[in-house]
Amino acid sequence: MTERKTIATTPYTIGVAPFRPGDESSFGGAFTEKPEDLNRPDPTKCDSQDTVKHASGLIRVMDDDNKAKGDWNPKLSAENMIQGLEYMMRLRIFDDRMLKMQRTGKLSFYMRSFGEEAIAIAQTMALETQDWIFPSYRQPGAQFVRGRDMVSMICHCIGNTEDNVKGRQMPVHYTWKEGRFISISSPVGTQFSQAVGVAMASAYKGLDEVCISWLGDGTSAQGDYHYALNFASTFKPPVILNVVNNQWAISTHKNLATGGRTFAERGLAYDIPSLRVDGNDFLALYSVTKWARERAGAGLGPTHIEVYTYRAGAHSSSDDPSAYRPDNEFECWPGGDPVERLKLHLIETKLWDEKKHAALEKKIDDEVMTAYKEACEFGDLASGPYPPASTIFTEVYETVPWHVQEQREELGK
Amino acid sequence: MTKMNMIASLNSALEHQLQRDENVVIFGEDVGYFGGVFRVTAKLQEKFGAHRVFDSPLAEGGIAAIAMGMGLNGLRPVAEIQFADYIFPAYDQIVNEIAKVRHRSGGEFTAPLTFRTPAGGGIKGGHHHSQSPEAQFTHTPGLKVVYCSNPYNAKGLLTSAIECNDPVIFFEPKRCYRGPFYGDPHNVPTWNDHPDGEVPDEYYSIPLEQARIVKEGSACTVIAWGAMVHVSEQAIKDSGIDCELIDLQTLVPWDRDTVVNSVKKTGRCVIVHEAPKTSGFGAEMSASIQERCFYNLEAPIIRVTGWDTPFPHTTEWDYLPSPERIAEAIKKTQEE
Repeated sequence: MTERKTIATTPYTIGVAPFRPGDESSFGGAFTEKPEDLNRPDPTKCDSQDTVKHASGLIRVMDDDNKAKGDWNPKLSAENMIQGLEYMMRLRIFDDRMLKMQRTGKLSFYMRSFGEEAIAIAQTMALETQDWIFPSYRQPGAQFVRGRDMVSMICHCIGNTEDNVKGRQMPVHYTWKEGRFISISSPVGTQFSQAVGVAMASAYKGLDEVCISWLGDGTSAQGDYHYALNFASTFKPPVILNVVNNQWAISTHKNLATGGRTFAERGLAYDIPSLRVDGNDFLALYSVTKWARERAGAGLGPTHIEVYTYRAGAHSSSDDPSAYRPDNEFECWPGGDPVERLKLHLIETKLWDEKKHAALEKKIDDEVMTAYKEACEFGDLASGPYPPASTIFTEVYETVPWHVQEQREELGK
Repeated sequence: MTKMNMIASLNSALEHQLQRDENVVIFGEDVGYFGGVFRVTAKLQEKFGAHRVFDSPLAEGGIAAIAMGMGLNGLRPVAEIQFADYIFPAYDQIVNEIAKVRHRSGGEFTAPLTFRTPAGGGIKGGHHHSQSPEAQFTHTPGLKVVYCSNPYNAKGLLTSAIECNDPVIFFEPKRCYRGPFYGDPHNVPTWNDHPDGEVPDEYYSIPLEQARIVKEGSACTVIAWGAMVHVSEQAIKDSGIDCELIDLQTLVPWDRDTVVNSVKKTGRCVIVHEAPKTSGFGAEMSASIQERCFYNLEAPIIRVTGWDTPFPHTTEWDYLPSPERIAEAIKKTQEE
């Protein structure tokens, strides 16, 4: 934990980022919190007051030696863990490939989940397939868990003729109804309060469905965050609301975004059980989400989770973090690298080895390249073909009204 | 047929929808137990249960968001925004999310929903209980915008709005809840003696996108919506000129054929609305009409609107288009 420093000479408090370019970042080495620190309350009997320590502390499963310990150990099968590792590796390799494509002008824009791969993947793996996903920018990984074809994802990013949203949205704004994955939206935070409505509808229909949503530490300043918590607290629908505290909202450090204590603790004031979890610990993420799913499935309503992590990469392909933070921060982040940690855990337990890892990496890399080439057959950004211009005018309404039809005819396409 | 005011007819439309479609849910500030500050949802919670008709926390942004979530997940929510003036915390959800979700998801996701909201002046409501912000929504592709004017069309249009698979912003002229409004604050008739206060008890609907010819005429087309329909009716009487009065009813998409045919016939046009003039929906109408009817026009199109100022409190009768101002505009169109 870093101290929140302020400049005493200002008439009001201006938070200060702990480190700026030129500083040597240091987060004090390892986390002081240990996997054994926090009990796992019975999810079907727990209320918000039973999670006071869980909201201020940090739920971990893997210790500093990557051994799984404590009450929250989900005791996942080797098969599940290797599957999770594979999804995370796939996401990282996919992201790296897409960013390269962006750098060569093949995509207009890209955002990686770098350093945060465990979040959407572990959390989606802990859910049921009928559960709804209301993601923010760094949760596209959920689609891998739900089995979305990479070709389809890349076609969206290119905006070519096979883009399922017909070239209408910037890259990374994935939409996938079959996977119950709502369109990622640039006015950040809007999905959070919508998720509460989705969960209310599931409850209304008496279905065993849960809705999960994420937003960032920066976005948690939006009204939508507070609407979501207050409506969730009031109506208690089956919803899992995650604040991904990755320290940075573009260049704004969380110390400049809130004067509060932990993000998780905000949930307690809404009487929502609230947990704070190491967001780079795949097993801990899986475990807290399973716990929240169990609560929601039992009709006990919402859970609020702060996912404590670090945005290892730039905000987006348009961002240059060297202008506002030291380069070495991720290296000294106490949570480490989520992919590396699960890998080491698996190696530690003799379920995995470097050779298998390298072979899998190579296999995924080939698959991503193959998918990319296949996607480009439907058109690339530089030379098209693009979706027809008529897609500008369709699906604005259920049927095309006369004034939109007239405008389409004016365009003549 | 039953004598109903607009509150009762809207309530009847909601009741039919709750009966016919179990996916319809109604919520908003004070709409549940109390039945709404204007009583439009009175007794619906009692009849259909608190899970279908309920009070929400006081947060329009949250109301809009949960309505969208419910719409995405197969329900057909009808949310009340207590006053149209209070819709702006919900503006982001409406403009960026609700209006665009069908398009930006490639048609994979839709959120059919209706926002009912009392709008317009004439109740001494000052800045924040009087505005008529329809143009702030007609400028957003993906939304349908409806403005009822009397008990009969309120029920029929609300029915169509709820059944529509596109999101609808449904404006209710609060000045006309209990009676038509002819521009004279000292003369407040009820709907009792008005033909449009005769409302069928049973289910019916009035298609969106259709304007209503209130009165046929040959000398000038007067287009209005909401409370201004009645003020215009009075103005036409006062002017002694044989005007055709069109109640637009749906603003997006508006009824091109009815409007264009009328203006081609009369060659003259006055557009009346309560909202400020600049970038008001009258500007859109006026531009579209001249594009289509230029060679039929015998006089410039005139807009009679609220002023480009905040809505006042005690001086609201000088703010709202009056029968005198409208009649004067009509006469002006007749000048050679």
